[in-house]
Amino acid sequence: MQNDSVSKTIIVAAVLCVACSVLVSGSAVSLRPLQEKNKALDIKKNLLLASGLLKNSSASEGEILEAYKKVQAEVIDLETGQIAENIKAESFDQKKARKNPEMNKDIKKENDLAGIKMRSKYSVAYKVVEGGELKMVVLPVNGKGLWSTLYGFVALAPDMNTIKGIGFYQHGETPGLGGEIDNPNWKAQWEGKKVYGDEGRPKIEVLKGAVNPNDSAVEYKVDGLSGATITSNGVTGLVRYWLGQDGFGPYIERLKKNVN
Amino acid sequence: MNNIKKALFDPLFNNNPIALQILGICSALAVTTKMDKSLVMCLAVIVVTGLSGLSVSLIRNVIPSSIRIIVQMTIIASLVIVTDQVLKAFVYDVAKEMSVFIGLIITNCIVMGRAEGYAMKNPPLMSFLDGIGNGIGYSIVLIFVALFRELFGTGKVLGYTVLHPTNEGGWYMGNGMALLAPSAFFLIGLFIWALRTWKTDQVEEA
Repeated sequence: MQNDSVSKTIIVAAVLCVACSVLVSGSAVSLRPLQEKNKALDIKKNLLLASGLLKNSSASEGEILEAYKKVQAEVIDLETGQIAENIKAESFDQKKARKNPEMNKDIKKENDLAGIKMRSKYSVAYKVVEGGELKMVVLPVNGKGLWSTLYGFVALAPDMNTIKGIGFYQHGETPGLGGEIDNPNWKAQWEGKKVYGDEGRPKIEVLKGAVNPNDSAVEYKVDGLSGATITSNGVTGLVRYWLGQDGFGPYIERLKKNVN
Repeated sequence: MNNIKKALFDPLFNNNPIALQILGICSALAVTTKMDKSLVMCLAVIVVTGLSGLSVSLIRNVIPSSIRIIVQMTIIASLVIVTDQVLKAFVYDVAKEMSVFIGLIITNCIVMGRAEGYAMKNPPLMSFLDGIGNGIGYSIVLIFVALFRELFGTGKVLGYTVLHPTNEGGWYMGNGMALLAPSAFFLIGLFIWALRTWKTDQVEEA
């Protein structure tokens, strides 16, 4: 049979397709459990790093799971700030919920500081509890930077106004410029900063340039990343959005009342 | 024996895919901001060029010429997806940073170029070695570019501080341009210049 005959062409194409699809799906299926485990562990690690419970970014699996024992996850309804009892934190996928018309909410343009257009109605929130006492609350945040959506965590002290830490686990910003949001020295500045101004709205911001230490509002300001103004503004926007009324505001209010 | 050596080592300097064939430039810009990323990329490309050369060559006598490009593409794409899956399962941290660039090996002209230009006409073992050789040739350039970009951009090599950068309280002011794509063009240009000064037969007539 000639190589270029129609039947030969179809046979070769069909056999090749079957062989390749078996190879691809076989590897995808057999490696999935490992990948899922990596992913879940990665999120736990990032949460712990952002909250300062874990110092070493190359910690082993055992150390991560050990440190994670203090963390309690709960799914909350962002509108009311109440716990959504019928959704389990382990199985809740916020990125999927954001795209599900029954679970998501469009964000009004004037409110959309984070530039994400819509969000899930529900979100996971993490409480860090030691000896029965609330030590901090870690909230997942996301928003647009320059090239990409940044995903990360903000950790708040029990007064719900003081930042304990911030960290991003997924972004595609320019390495060395916007990518410096991963720089430990920059992240360290956030610790101890205050979020809310007198009128109760988030006031914290990332400046363009360095913070003047004599500034009266120094506790609300963080140094900008040089060469990365848009990424810096993105971080301001997403922190303000998620800690604001349209984000975790009602939940934060509720916890504040419980604490005082 | 001589042939084997030629297939494996020729692409390193005599017939370097980036410097002489000018293939695969695009990915050389994208993944060379850091050494660790580049090393993973190099390994992935070596595996894919080697195996795609091997598999295309194995079935070269039954591939109908009318669909040969699609056949090569399918094989390459499958190999790349498998590589991507393996990386995600075993070196999750780096794979996460590389995001789409592993997937984009499919569009790397080197892989396709060697499958079409060499593996279609040569026996499997030779095609395999030719693929590995070209992968290594690509890697040499990538590592060269990444070394300088990471060093001058952030003052580090493989994450270890060499020039103490100002944003960590040192004296070295990072060169922002080294981290942007154009610097890779300059570095590749310099590499080609150096190579052609050494091997004058590669100089094209003006």
